[in-house]
Amino acid sequence: MKQLLSGNEACAIGAIRAGVRFFAGYPITPSTEIAEYLSRELPKIGGTFIQMEDEIGSILCISGVAAAGVKAMTATSGPGFSLMQEGIGYAVMAELPCVVVNVMRIGPATGAPTRTSQGDVMQTRFGTHGDHPIVVLCPSSVRECFDLTVAAVNISERLRIPVIVLMDEIVGHMREVVELPTEVKVWQASRPKPPRDEYFHYDDSNNYDAPVASFGDGYRIHLTALTHRKDGFPLDDPEIIKWNLDRLRAKIEDNRSWLWDLDYVDLGAESVVVGYGSTARSVIEAKQQYEYKTGRRVGVLRLRMIWPFPAERLIGLLRSARRVIVPEMNQGQLYREVERTVNLHVPVVSVQRYDGEMLTPEEILSAL
Amino acid sequence: MSDIKKDRFLDFLRLDERFPHILCPGCGVGTIMGTMVRAFIDLKISQDELCIVAGIGCSSRVSFYLDCDTFHTLHGRTLPAATGVKLARPDLKVVVIGGDGDIMAIGGNHFIHTARRNLDITVIVINNFTYGMTGGQYSPTTPTYDKAATAPFGNVERSFDVCFIAKAAGAVFVARSTTFHVLHFKKMLELALSKRGFSVVEVSSQCPTFYGRYQGIGDAVKMLQWLKERSIDVSKVENPWTVKDKFVIGVLHDQQDVPPYTELYQMVRERARE
Repeated sequence: MKQLLSGNEACAIGAIRAGVRFFAGYPITPSTEIAEYLSRELPKIGGTFIQMEDEIGSILCISGVAAAGVKAMTATSGPGFSLMQEGIGYAVMAELPCVVVNVMRIGPATGAPTRTSQGDVMQTRFGTHGDHPIVVLCPSSVRECFDLTVAAVNISERLRIPVIVLMDEIVGHMREVVELPTEVKVWQASRPKPPRDEYFHYDDSNNYDAPVASFGDGYRIHLTALTHRKDGFPLDDPEIIKWNLDRLRAKIEDNRSWLWDLDYVDLGAESVVVGYGSTARSVIEAKQQYEYKTGRRVGVLRLRMIWPFPAERLIGLLRSARRVIVPEMNQGQLYREVERTVNLHVPVVSVQRYDGEMLTPEEILSAL
Repeated sequence: MSDIKKDRFLDFLRLDERFPHILCPGCGVGTIMGTMVRAFIDLKISQDELCIVAGIGCSSRVSFYLDCDTFHTLHGRTLPAATGVKLARPDLKVVVIGGDGDIMAIGGNHFIHTARRNLDITVIVINNFTYGMTGGQYSPTTPTYDKAATAPFGNVERSFDVCFIAKAAGAVFVARSTTFHVLHFKKMLELALSKRGFSVVEVSSQCPTFYGRYQGIGDAVKMLQWLKERSIDVSKVENPWTVKDKFVIGVLHDQQDVPPYTELYQMVRERARE
């Protein structure tokens, strides 16, 4: 069935299809449609929507829901995302699967609420205090808002982590005719089998893809964001601290190969444009125009997952590029990551736009 | 206490490695924790159906020692976390424990809004008039002119009345007790735990290490005497909300027939399906 949907709506539908049964949020432009949609649809299927007093409450609320074994999501924009940072760190440390959608607008602070931006790329990576990797998905189309929200819910459930879906205002508010899949793969962690005294909530064997206990399962678990031992109880012994942080790191490091999500075309061309989010749409349009006008190919590499940054893959894929262009609606956030980690010994050009308007194909063309 | 009851009490504690506890000698939190356990046992609340939600501070340590599901969350964020647990698992008994800093300062906004929603949980506010864990700074309940680590010349801020705010925000049951009045506190706790809806028990507690020392009250025994002398039963006052310089103890507010949030949300689900 074909339907006309906005990115925000597709995201909300994807969440439900992936098993999300709880949403806690606070109204904020340009993400509010996600909350509105779920306030209407979740109660119909026995789920719960709650409008919290702020975004700090929202992220802590879904952490509580996740701890009780129900899939949960929140959605916000920059100012709310800033408020959520400590709570996201909590979900990382206590290993609570949940999804945080950030529909980006111009910042810092209140900025321009209805204007688009990709200014939160680095905040998604380094927004919380302390060291930990993170998974951030970046859709470019309405259909991808659906697909990547499903993926985010599944990844969070598999790795016991919060996953961020990073949309921009254009993708969130854009309407497209889409046909959603009739079936999606849904990952559901099972409940553990061993008796209570043999179960450890943070055992080396259950860092990811493993049965996990929730509140009310009879395991009498203790969840904390203090550094803790495998039984969940706090200890600030240096060895345990390191074990904690290594464990968080391993969740992503061990699974990089299947986590990475990107597509590309014509990478043998002299110039390759690396894009993500709504900017990737302008990249594809610019490629077509350039090839029509000049008869020369342009490579396009589109990142659907920006964190963990696929540096090793990019090194291989961009081997024959003579020039790499990174257009973004910010002051060059992912550009630096490409230049720093890919280390190509070829020029990496940053194309920036940060006035709240869409980065156009023409701007990319002039860089080509 | 009979042996059977004693076993039941010890069974409620994580005795394996959690003890000895980290609380200071003379701290009131141990009394409160023991009373909580006795209330849970007498109300036949199963350890497998109980979730204790705590924040950060001396009070939060209770979550380490009780053998049930325990949720040690962030400073000030007990109430939204408890909201999540309760809404995801309405069958669980959810009890929040926090201090005056945790619940009335950094968590003040969550406190009033969770009360407003009438979420079916019990909140125990341990009021020791100070931030104990960080070394005795003044809190929203520190009386005006009292001294604190961050008020060396006296606190010039007015203090919050926890119970008054709870009632004003919509809590359906509000009671106060102290760590001196242990049996009274147990009774208040049992009433709160039996109440459907958002119930609050404020328990004034001694912190001889910081608050008592800064005010020159003295050790734990002197502080308990101080709590005793400062308390007055609600039956002995005309209006519990206007009494100055005394802790009015007892049930201060008990409202009937306010449906809890979970029940109202069930109505939302039914309407949505129509």
